[in-house]
Amino acid sequence: MKYMLMMNTMKAGQGVPAWPQKDLQAHISFMMGLNKELQERGELVSAEGLSFPDQARLVRAGNDGRPITDGVFPESKEFLAGFWIVDVDSPERAYAIAARISAAPGAAGTPLNMPVELRPIMSGPPEEMV
Amino acid sequence: MTKPWDATSEHLLRELAPQVLGAVARRFHDFAAAEDAVQEAMIAAFTQWPKESVPENPRGWLIQVACRRMTDHLRSEIARREREKLVVAEAETLSPMLEIDADMDPDDTLILLFMCCHPALTVSSAIALTLRAVGGLTTAEIAKAFFVPEATMAQRISRAKQTIKASSVPFRLPSPQERMERLPSVLHVLYLIFSEGYVSSVGKHLQRLDLAREAIRLTRNSRELLPDNPEVAGLLALMLLTDARRAARTGPDEELIPLDKQDRTLWDPAEISEGIELLAVALSKGSVGLYQLQAAIAAVHDEAERVEDTDWPQVLALYELLKQVSPGPMVTLNHAIAVAMVYGPAKGLELLRTLDSDPRISGHYRLDAVRAHLLEKTGDHETAIKHYRVAAARTTSMPERNYLMTQAARLAGD
Repeated sequence: MKYMLMMNTMKAGQGVPAWPQKDLQAHISFMMGLNKELQERGELVSAEGLSFPDQARLVRAGNDGRPITDGVFPESKEFLAGFWIVDVDSPERAYAIAARISAAPGAAGTPLNMPVELRPIMSGPPEEMV
Repeated sequence: MTKPWDATSEHLLRELAPQVLGAVARRFHDFAAAEDAVQEAMIAAFTQWPKESVPENPRGWLIQVACRRMTDHLRSEIARREREKLVVAEAETLSPMLEIDADMDPDDTLILLFMCCHPALTVSSAIALTLRAVGGLTTAEIAKAFFVPEATMAQRISRAKQTIKASSVPFRLPSPQERMERLPSVLHVLYLIFSEGYVSSVGKHLQRLDLAREAIRLTRNSRELLPDNPEVAGLLALMLLTDARRAARTGPDEELIPLDKQDRTLWDPAEISEGIELLAVALSKGSVGLYQLQAAIAAVHDEAERVEDTDWPQVLALYELLKQVSPGPMVTLNHAIAVAMVYGPAKGLELLRTLDSDPRISGHYRLDAVRAHLLEKTGDHETAIKHYRVAAARTTSMPERNYLMTQAARLAGD
């Protein structure tokens, strides 16, 4: 079963978190370690980090079908910071990975406990039932 | 004499893979390393044979290449550990290749099958390892079939081998008693490879390994190795009788076409007759099991030239037997459909209500999908629409969701 795990943390206009170097390094190394572990367990399909919201653009088609872009967002809105696609044997295993991500260390090594949205990925046709 | 690479060569290569692996694993007493070495030999063959030709003794060729890899592996192990005089001695006195070639054991494929479907493994790792070690597929092909990166699949296989190593399964055929106990997990893995062929087939345009065909091939081999077991034959029959309907199962936009709407002239008559023949022999052995019963149900459908010719009382009787042999909510669900076909939709709906309090299925989309279908038959379109939509929201299959949403839209448009 494949799941997408979405980490929604960033807020527009907040920029890069101002953590001490040590804490920032601990956070980065936690994420790298987690990806390595998922790969070694044969579960990682992909993991991507996204740019900060400052670079996000909202695009709509105009009446002529051409793109109309918009770039400034309300500060309260949460943004996707990154996502993982994992292929695991059970939903419980997917929840466990999501919980690990949620508890990534932040300032002073305190777990961030950020919300991670988990969604099953749609598959092909179901098995034949007689 | 060498011969040119043709359509049969790939098949030959895959058939040889477990035999070669068996010989090398027994010779070196190291299944995990031997499996890697044979994989490398397979990749070498897939690269060289089409360009050059198929060697005179393909098995000998594969064994030779795999043994060379094993020797390299052992040498680097020795260099790493700088001791183990015993291993040095062994590496130095490798038997000539011909001797190993003669060391073939027809049971090797069977030993490998039981090993790869070991209950200590998770289902996904058993599937991957079986496809590689018994099926002779490359990691890249398996990875592509499951839409995961090759490195991830390689790790899955390597971890599976570590688990086998840790559980110290000896490289020999399990005792008859053990074989009986472990056969269900072997058959389950083969069945899952088959159904995965349906589930992960997103987009026919994608060049991908045909897992259903591969499962049929492996089950066919298993039946030759276990000719007296009626459940192995039953599983093969079930696969053939199901696969026979493949071309009719989806429309031009890959939309699902349910059994009662399929163009039956598209069904494969060769697969149907082979399945029915296999099933008849299996059933005559008098030990009816889960797969034989499912195959029998599939056969009743396949034998009906038109949907209205379906012998529903027969299907119903088979589901009643299946409920005794292998009770479970999914069986009850299908039983309810057969009940509805024989005694009317109200009776089927009555049976479905017994599943509402069963946590194994109460939130499953199939319960809502079947309920919607039966409600539609009673004429209660409004409630049917509701359940089609609940089912559509709950399924994780894209074609199924499209199908269910379309059903709701069709009724709502009436």
